[in-house]
Amino acid sequence: MSERLLDIQNLSVTFGGLNALSDLDFHVDAGEIVSVIGPNGAGKTTFFNMISGMVTPTSGDIVFKGESLLGLDPNQVTARGIARTFQNVRLFANMTILENVMVSQHCRTKQGIMGALFQTGGFKREEQEIREHGEKVLGFFGSRLVGFRLNQPASVLSYANRRRLEIARAMATKPEVILLDEPVAGMNPKESEELTGLIGKLRDEWGFTIVMIEHDMGVVRDVSDRVVVLDHGETIAQGSYDEVSSDPAVIEAYLGRPAEEAS
Amino acid sequence: MSETMNTDEAGVLAPARGAFDQDWRKLVNWGLICALALIFVSLTDMPDKLDKRVIVEPLLSMGYLSLIWIPVALGNFVTREVVLEGMTQHKKGLRELVAGVSVGAIGGAGLALLIWLLDTRDLSDPLVNWNDALLEVLSFGEGVGYGAIFWILASAGLGLAGGAFHLLSAIANRLLLAIALTIVLTASLESALDDISEGFQLEWLFEALFEKKGGLSVQGAIILAVFAIAWVLVLGGQAKRGRAAVTARRELSPTKVNTVGLVLIAVAAVVLPMFLGRLTNDLFTNVGLFLLLALGLNIVVGLAGILDLGYVAFFAVGGYTAAIMTSPSSPGLSPELPWWVAIFVVVFMAIVAGLFIGAPVIRMRGDYLAIVTLGFGEIIRLTVRSDWASGFTGGAQGILSIPGADIVGVATVKGTDPQQVLYLVIGFVAIAIYVSWRLENSRIGRAWMAVREDESVAEAMGINTVNSKLQAFVVGAILASFSGAIFAAKVGSVFESSFKILVSIVILVIVIVGGMGRIAGVAAGALVLVGILGGPNQPGLLAEFSEFKLLIYGALLIWMMLKRPEGLIPNVRRSRELHQDEFLQDAWLKAQANDDDDEAASGEVAPA
Amino acid sequence: MTTAMRSKARPRTGVDWFLTFLRVLLTGLVLFGLLAFLWQQIDPDNPLASAINPDANRLSWDAFQGLVISGLSQGAMYGLIALGYSMVYGVLGFINFAHGEVFMVGAMTGMITSNKLFEAGVWEDNFLLAILIAVLVSVICSTVTAVVTERIAYRPLRGSPRLIPLITSIGVSFFIQNTSAVLLGPGAKSYPRLPDWLRDDIGIGPFDIEGKKLLVLVVAGVSMGALWYLVERTKTGKAMRAVAEDKEIASLMGIDVDRTIVTTFAVGGAMAGVAGILWGILFGSVTEFTGFLPGIKAFSAAVVGGIGNLGGAMAGGLTLGSSESLAPQLVLEPLGVTGHTQLKDAVAFLVLIFVLLVKPTGLFGERLSAEDRA
Ligand SMILES: Nc1ncnc2c1ncn2[C@@H]1O[C@H](COP(=O)(O)OP(=O)(O)O)[C@@H](O)[C@H]1O
Ligand SMILES: [Mg+2]
Repeated sequence: MSERLLDIQNLSVTFGGLNALSDLDFHVDAGEIVSVIGPNGAGKTTFFNMISGMVTPTSGDIVFKGESLLGLDPNQVTARGIARTFQNVRLFANMTILENVMVSQHCRTKQGIMGALFQTGGFKREEQEIREHGEKVLGFFGSRLVGFRLNQPASVLSYANRRRLEIARAMATKPEVILLDEPVAGMNPKESEELTGLIGKLRDEWGFTIVMIEHDMGVVRDVSDRVVVLDHGETIAQGSYDEVSSDPAVIEAYLGRPAEEAS
Repeated sequence: MSETMNTDEAGVLAPARGAFDQDWRKLVNWGLICALALIFVSLTDMPDKLDKRVIVEPLLSMGYLSLIWIPVALGNFVTREVVLEGMTQHKKGLRELVAGVSVGAIGGAGLALLIWLLDTRDLSDPLVNWNDALLEVLSFGEGVGYGAIFWILASAGLGLAGGAFHLLSAIANRLLLAIALTIVLTASLESALDDISEGFQLEWLFEALFEKKGGLSVQGAIILAVFAIAWVLVLGGQAKRGRAAVTARRELSPTKVNTVGLVLIAVAAVVLPMFLGRLTNDLFTNVGLFLLLALGLNIVVGLAGILDLGYVAFFAVGGYTAAIMTSPSSPGLSPELPWWVAIFVVVFMAIVAGLFIGAPVIRMRGDYLAIVTLGFGEIIRLTVRSDWASGFTGGAQGILSIPGADIVGVATVKGTDPQQVLYLVIGFVAIAIYVSWRLENSRIGRAWMAVREDESVAEAMGINTVNSKLQAFVVGAILASFSGAIFAAKVGSVFESSFKILVSIVILVIVIVGGMGRIAGVAAGALVLVGILGGPNQPGLLAEFSEFKLLIYGALLIWMMLKRPEGLIPNVRRSRELHQDEFLQDAWLKAQANDDDDEAASGEVAPA
Repeated sequence: MTTAMRSKARPRTGVDWFLTFLRVLLTGLVLFGLLAFLWQQIDPDNPLASAINPDANRLSWDAFQGLVISGLSQGAMYGLIALGYSMVYGVLGFINFAHGEVFMVGAMTGMITSNKLFEAGVWEDNFLLAILIAVLVSVICSTVTAVVTERIAYRPLRGSPRLIPLITSIGVSFFIQNTSAVLLGPGAKSYPRLPDWLRDDIGIGPFDIEGKKLLVLVVAGVSMGALWYLVERTKTGKAMRAVAEDKEIASLMGIDVDRTIVTTFAVGGAMAGVAGILWGILFGSVTEFTGFLPGIKAFSAAVVGGIGNLGGAMAGGLTLGSSESLAPQLVLEPLGVTGHTQLKDAVAFLVLIFVLLVKPTGLFGERLSAEDRA
């Protein structure tokens, strides 16, 4: 564990006087699972928004594989290999489940209008690959998202399955880093335990590096190599789960409150 | 579990409530709405102007139909009970009838008041239709008292009928609806049917159904009713099963299409025009031109979610480019190219215009984009009309003597020959359908849909939304320019007045009524709206409606957005949510039975 | 805007270059046109001016001030209509496309009332009384139209994506337009003849203003003042501002959101009603299409001034009105465009596009609720 895959340098952002995030400084190495925790409004989602290019930092830098991501459009960030999910599940509701994972391979494919109109060999081959990769990614979650589900609209899915599809959609972009924003929020204990296992597999079997925002301390403990704790935009602790969970500042800011406080 | 999906049988059945246990306030309100609607329709003069258009001679005309559907619809609406799964549902009975009668009677009283006022007051100054002819039609020429009493009783009766639908079984309801629709639709299509029957030598059938002076005969209406009943009872069930099978097949492999249906349509497209007369060919040509436009706008609005209100600009670009390129009398530039060569220039100009208009607007908020594109549409029209550009466009004089369409030297399509033009239009519509279908099922089309669903998420999933939207814009522009080029060749001249904003709006209505994003729906929308009601400057089959068609377009648009955003042919996807297919359940639920997944039991509809 | 702008090192795409090109081109053309105009004013025979436009000649002071005055009075009317667009956009976040039709209803009912009053002799005997009655009727009819459309067409759609109510309002616009055509008959209908004192010029400083234009400016000013008082100084206004900022929080504070929204529509409708009468006085006739173009231009005015910003709406209206009236003479003609007045309507849209390209939040900044800012 040496290569700095993602390096966050003194990252800050203010929204009209509100310091949503100030001087966040940390890094993620290839193959790590890092958790970002902190109470609601701590600035965790804003942090993800900055990495994925949806919010521009006021100061600081985000370096991915030695290159700054600042100023890139979200689609360019994704093309460089960082995919994300959304806290408030945002699927393409009127597209089918298969289409959801097919469309997110957009930046990895290149056939244009002419290919589609003349059904060239290249087009058919690419289409086949897109479909196969999509089904493979969906297959990661067992039988829930495949079979007859493939051609159903995403809107018929249950809440837990929507969350799974969000992760599948991020996986389909063939990223190196996946940002998971509260992946188990709203799931029952059984589902969340299962997903925790899958997150481990995402790294071990698929080779993704993972940054995860999570409220469920059980999940955080089970999978994370390291933990970053934010509160009111400030970084109050960094380190292994055990180090962080015994830090008095963290206990006061976060663990002291009921862990169920989901948003 | 699937039976709970059927709303008719849902819920626990409770005994009927007392006949007079009513929410009277609500009834009076709806009665007044009924009265207002009846008075409004009367004052638009529909009863008088459409009286000449007979549906069943001598029983019913379009004029009276414009009134009588109102109490029926409201009587039915006001007695409808929204039943959610698991809630108590009351047994229908006298109560529904009383409610229907009350609403209808209040409405009728409103109309009676109008009749009395028509007789005693003169409000013809602002209200142009306030005249004796209207009074005559409303009172059947039998005097005020007769008319007033007739309408109170008739309207009450119609309201009663509306309420009574709830007492009938589902199949009876379907039968009545089928009979009514068949008769009204057949009567609407009268002139087209006349034309078609001549082509197929079926005059005897036409004469059996219709009276000489217009309208169905009573005998014809009975024949149609029997036909409708047979259709529902015998074919209806089969068709439904067939459709379910098709949907089911599509669930498994959505790109496969119904080849049999496609071949049938293709054969019809080739053969039909030969048997049609002038009038029908011309009508279908208009439908085709608008269908071409609508298919293009469907890509822009329906697939990519960009509300382009200046879409007519590309129609104009196509029309004017074709005119300038082919007409010997175009001022300024006049290369007199053959039409099929000009088409390449047209496509080029459409791409240029698409990029030029698209680039500045594509990053704007969706609603600003709508207004700015509308502005661009007007700028182009005003410029084309101005003296400044008249050196190329002929200004207000337009460009005349456009020769027909020359197809690669093989054939010359004369604008004056509707059959040839129709073939040309069909050819281009086929191209447009192919393009829409292929693109929809490609990487490009999926990106458009993602942008429509949620632009910022699409961006975060690696889609360059600006490029994606520009592509949609340009493809839409090209399809519209085809329509413009054919239009120029058909009419033989172009004037700026053919390219007003109105055209954009009418195309938008077609796309929305047809169910955004669905090719078949858009085709149905174009057929019904342009074919029967008529386009912005083109008469439809119901020529008597020309004065009212825009009013109806507006009302339809509001209605569609409020009640059935999915359009005439419901979006398969959305309806799939609501009606799970037995086929799929059989195939998959069993396989899933041991899966502990919470929603495997299906039938669950989560909010979007 | 508070959010940090996303601009820094962003690689420029073809679209960016094209937009920059458009901005430069439009600015350049306007400046060049103005320059040519100035030169032509100094010396109509100068070689450049004649090269650009051989028919060039000087614009007289009389003609110029005439253009300014008609531009301003027209602009004041746009401003009054724009207030309705702006308020609804501020509160509900959608373009009420049918608002132009509400204005048309005002002009139409004003026409009917004033003709009836003319027949009854009131118009000529006591013009002020007559016009007061006409304004009252117009305002009532416009307000009712606005409130009824809100109830029927928009309230059921509250919370749906913003394009849905926009499309619905296009339908409403179409419906009202054609209702007028069918019920009242299509075509232009005239207002009765104005009394002489409104047709004569009144001298104010260096300006000679036609009486009716002065009246329009004064009435618009008074209405604007009344609106300002309502929004900034009364409880209703406070509720409106609260709802515009955040509907949920406003309702938690005990504000009746539905009622406030109805009030917003009503106030916007009343302003449009006043504008309708002013239109009748200024142009003397009205058709079923009267609301369409002015409506869209008024919306443009609201955007130009910064949507949601009421002062901005009025300022935007005046800006748009005067550009529309001046630009053909000051920019287009010196550039050698023949028949420049035919492009008057195009100018209004070009101003809109120009402002959105250069300053998308409008000249005076937009004021939107938190959810609409994105
Ligand atoms: N685009 C924005 N504009 C203004 N304030 C914002 C914006 N995005 C987030 N915020 C504010 O920043 C703070 C951090 O939010 P967020 O990152 O969503 O917290 P969380 O840690 O719960 O994910 C909150 O107070 C939120 O209101
Ligand atoms: Mg968050």
